[in-house]
Amino acid sequence: MTAPIIDIRDVSKRYDDGPPALAGLTLSVEKGEALAVLGPSGSGKSTLLNMIAGLDRPTEGSVTVAGARVDRMSETASARFRRERIGMVFQFFNLLDDLTVLDNVLIPAQLSGVGRAEARDRAAELLDNLDIARHARAYPGRLSGGERQRVAVARALMNRPALLLADEPTGALDSASGAEVRELLAELNADGQTILLVTHDLALAGSCATRTIELVDGRIARDEHAVAR
Amino acid sequence: MSALGKVVRAGVGRRRVQSLVMVLTTMMAVTASVMATALVVASQAPFDHTFAKQHGAQLAAAFDSGRASREQVAATAHAHGVTAASGPFLLLSLAVRPQPPEGMPAPPVDPVLSLAGRAQAAGPVDDLTVVSGHWPTGPGQIVVTDGWGPPDVLGSTLHLPGVQGDPALTVVGTARSATSTADAWVTPAQAAALTRPGSTPSYQMLYRFGTAGSTAAMTANRAAVSAAAPAGSLQGSQSYLVVRAAAVRQTATFVPFVVALGVLGLVMSVLIIGIVVSGAVSAGTRRIGILKSVGFTPLQVARAYVGQALIPASVGTVLGIVLGNLAAVPLLAQAEGAYQSGTLAVAGWIDVAVPAAVLALVVASALVPALRAGRLRTVEALAIGRTPQVGRGRWAARLAGRLPLPRAFSMGLAGPFARPARSAMIAAAIVFGAVGVTFAYGLGASLNGVQRGLNLDMPGQVGVDPFPSQAGAPGGKPAAPSRLADPAAVARVIAEQPGTKGYFSSVFTDVHFLGVSDAVTAVAYRGDSSWGAYQMVSGRWFTRPGEAVVGHRFLQATGTHVGDWTTLDGDGRSTRVRIVGEALTTGDGGMRVLTDAGTLERAGISVRTATFSIELKPGTDRDRYVAALNKALDPVGASARASQGQISATVVAIDAITAFLTLMLVLVAGLGVLNTVVLDTRERVHDLGVLKALGMAPRQTVGMVITSVAGIGALAGLVGVPLGIALHDVIVPRMGDAAGTRIPPVDMAVYHAPQLVPLAFGGLLIAVLGALLPATWAARTRTATALRTE
Ligand SMILES: Nc1ncnc2c1ncn2[C@@H]1O[C@H](COP(=O)(O)OP(=O)(O)O)[C@@H](O)[C@H]1O
Ligand SMILES: [Mg+2]
Repeated sequence: MTAPIIDIRDVSKRYDDGPPALAGLTLSVEKGEALAVLGPSGSGKSTLLNMIAGLDRPTEGSVTVAGARVDRMSETASARFRRERIGMVFQFFNLLDDLTVLDNVLIPAQLSGVGRAEARDRAAELLDNLDIARHARAYPGRLSGGERQRVAVARALMNRPALLLADEPTGALDSASGAEVRELLAELNADGQTILLVTHDLALAGSCATRTIELVDGRIARDEHAVAR
Repeated sequence: MSALGKVVRAGVGRRRVQSLVMVLTTMMAVTASVMATALVVASQAPFDHTFAKQHGAQLAAAFDSGRASREQVAATAHAHGVTAASGPFLLLSLAVRPQPPEGMPAPPVDPVLSLAGRAQAAGPVDDLTVVSGHWPTGPGQIVVTDGWGPPDVLGSTLHLPGVQGDPALTVVGTARSATSTADAWVTPAQAAALTRPGSTPSYQMLYRFGTAGSTAAMTANRAAVSAAAPAGSLQGSQSYLVVRAAAVRQTATFVPFVVALGVLGLVMSVLIIGIVVSGAVSAGTRRIGILKSVGFTPLQVARAYVGQALIPASVGTVLGIVLGNLAAVPLLAQAEGAYQSGTLAVAGWIDVAVPAAVLALVVASALVPALRAGRLRTVEALAIGRTPQVGRGRWAARLAGRLPLPRAFSMGLAGPFARPARSAMIAAAIVFGAVGVTFAYGLGASLNGVQRGLNLDMPGQVGVDPFPSQAGAPGGKPAAPSRLADPAAVARVIAEQPGTKGYFSSVFTDVHFLGVSDAVTAVAYRGDSSWGAYQMVSGRWFTRPGEAVVGHRFLQATGTHVGDWTTLDGDGRSTRVRIVGEALTTGDGGMRVLTDAGTLERAGISVRTATFSIELKPGTDRDRYVAALNKALDPVGASARASQGQISATVVAIDAITAFLTLMLVLVAGLGVLNTVVLDTRERVHDLGVLKALGMAPRQTVGMVITSVAGIGALAGLVGVPLGIALHDVIVPRMGDAAGTRIPPVDMAVYHAPQLVPLAFGGLLIAVLGALLPATWAARTRTATALRTE
């Protein structure tokens, strides 16, 4: 068995006051898995995601992602790491409103210094695959929620990340749009994309997760592999 | 504390950068304005005061007694426009020889005095102030102008070597005339007695007029007086405006540039405070919505924002008053030297009025954005939150995206277009910074050039004095020389000395020109002085006796131009002199005439030129030359020394003040940038978080933030440089004007490519330095926190 793509050991995270957001959490995720993280609000789901992306540092413990110790990286190294190995999707899309759909999708490639033509080809391919090519020159403000989230997914996939992180990707969508995104994520995983998604949405967990964990007070309360999908 | 007070205080505390920017901005504006006002006031007040008290002569005229009788001259008191007159007084120009102090040789040239015969000090015009002693009551007595001669002049004896029988007069008093209508006064009978047979003295008339405020009015008044007298009898005249300009010169020199920097500072403050407050308003839109939703009225909201500006502005104002008063002292000290009566303190009302005006300006510039805040609709304010209006500057974002630049830079470049008004204001602030730097550089370079020119007072690398070296007597007092060295012998030694390339001798002496009541200082040269010529404003250096080069004020005072003829009034004789050039000189208030010694001799003034200036052959070691020459000069009783340029206290003061105020301008411009970038990055903190989540590295973030102002900075720098040059070209001649000289073209042309290139980058530098700190802050924003703000 190959090394896990995510290997989290005894991670705790405490903010200034109050109970810890994560309390001695250990978790390992294999390549090709689609892991759904469930749990009530405030249970530490986003904190966990931020640890994995190197956006925040654990107070204790180690976080290894794709073979690299994320918790020990410098700011620059973790930025480069995110750029190349991780794609992120958020509840509220986090698209840059003053850039077109195409320009939003291009950002990760441009930050990595990928050649212009290569980046455009990849963006065109993604927009096409995700069925938003006709909006390439539009601004995000004009798109529906589902379309915006698909743009965000396209942007996340731009640099062919080893790991796709999604924080409540359907949380801000109506049920029809939510279904679109669910399908999209399931397809991506079926094509081999490793996904870690945080959600409240049991339908989302049910339809695309190969494994589900539940966080309560910064601890894993339940860890189940889907029997069949 | 009231609710409003709490809101204001919280607002000030939360925005430390903005508050600091406002403190420094107002401090600079107040400092510059206090200095400017104090100087303007100080430069005018003493003269105006004395002039008013003495009913000073607005016009002093001299008439030729050969062409107009006493009665005819007296009748000009009824000329059109004349409201009061004094005179006629007999006016003579005579060489006097003061009793030299014990053991000292007589000066090489006897100074020439203009002497008026006046029965009493009082009069309807030019009501003289007797400073010490008493007015002459009989023959043998003379009153000299206060400050003339040695300190113990009262009671001393003046000989008149040019008058038959070498009579002597006792100084019985000193007096002061606001416009220096004469150097000395005697009784009318004494004046008549001193008039040499066959010579035709002048009659002096002093006038006041109904209107005399402008040069044009004074020209008309002079014409009216001239028309009332026999044709051709008016020999010369002097307007009080010219005297006034000379009297206020010392401080007046500072006024143009301090006012220029003061205005720059004020405009800058208005801009920066506008930027800061409108920034606070747009950053606090949500806060305003909340304040209004809990019941604040629009006026209360507006007051809260004005208050937020007013607190730091008041702190800055207090600091500015202190600094302005301190900085004004050295300038006023120079002024005091010119007036004797001046005071070193800034007038109290200035310390109240100027800060009040600046604070009013602060309120006005804060009020515009504050009222906008008051008018914001509550619902909108709450809805908009901190997101800037979407949709602006998208074209710029798209265009920049096409540029072959790293993405971080092209995103930065498009940044300013999302907030055009804010960008325009920050551009203006940088423009003012660049104008300040460009102007300051040019001012410094011009003044140093002028100073180099003025040092030509003492040209050549080596000078020779007509007495033995005083350093030669170790321990004891130097022996007072009983006589001066023979110039011919000195010249022979210098000519024979190896290493001498050229030399000439010169001496300073007071002379009189027909119709000029002030004494004029002549520098009389012997030998080829062309290599030691002054910097020329126009025309050329003199080449023979009968030609002269003059200072600007001489041309002004006599109403002559280069190419004109003028009359040198000597010891009972006069000679015509042709003005062939105008030179840069502020010595003797620009009332200086440079000419060959032969010119003075033609007017019967005997000249013993005394000091030699020597130019060395290239490669000659100066110290060794001086030592060798000293040895050779010892037998003839003269001594050599290395000449050194003088440092003008005025130039040093101007340099220091310019540097200080420019530094402040640049600092404030930089802080303005800093403040703007802080606001921008705070508003875009969410976008920055997204970009970092997508993998934008800290250095890329810094690059993006800096490019967002670098473009503005570069552009503003390019605009600021020509404006700064234009300001220089306006201000420097005015300063010269105030100092009584025009500026030679060579000192005006100070901007060349090697200076222009770095100056053009100045704006960019201000922008980059201002953005550096907030850019690193932005790069350090906690991404997770930034994204949580949604
Ligand atoms: N930046 C932060 N500063 C302080 N506390 C935080 C921060 N981020 C998260 N927390 C706290 O940590 C806990 C877990 O938060 P989070 O991971 O966002 O929960 P979830 O995503 O599961 O709703 C909560 O109590 C939250 O208040
Ligand atoms: Mg969350």
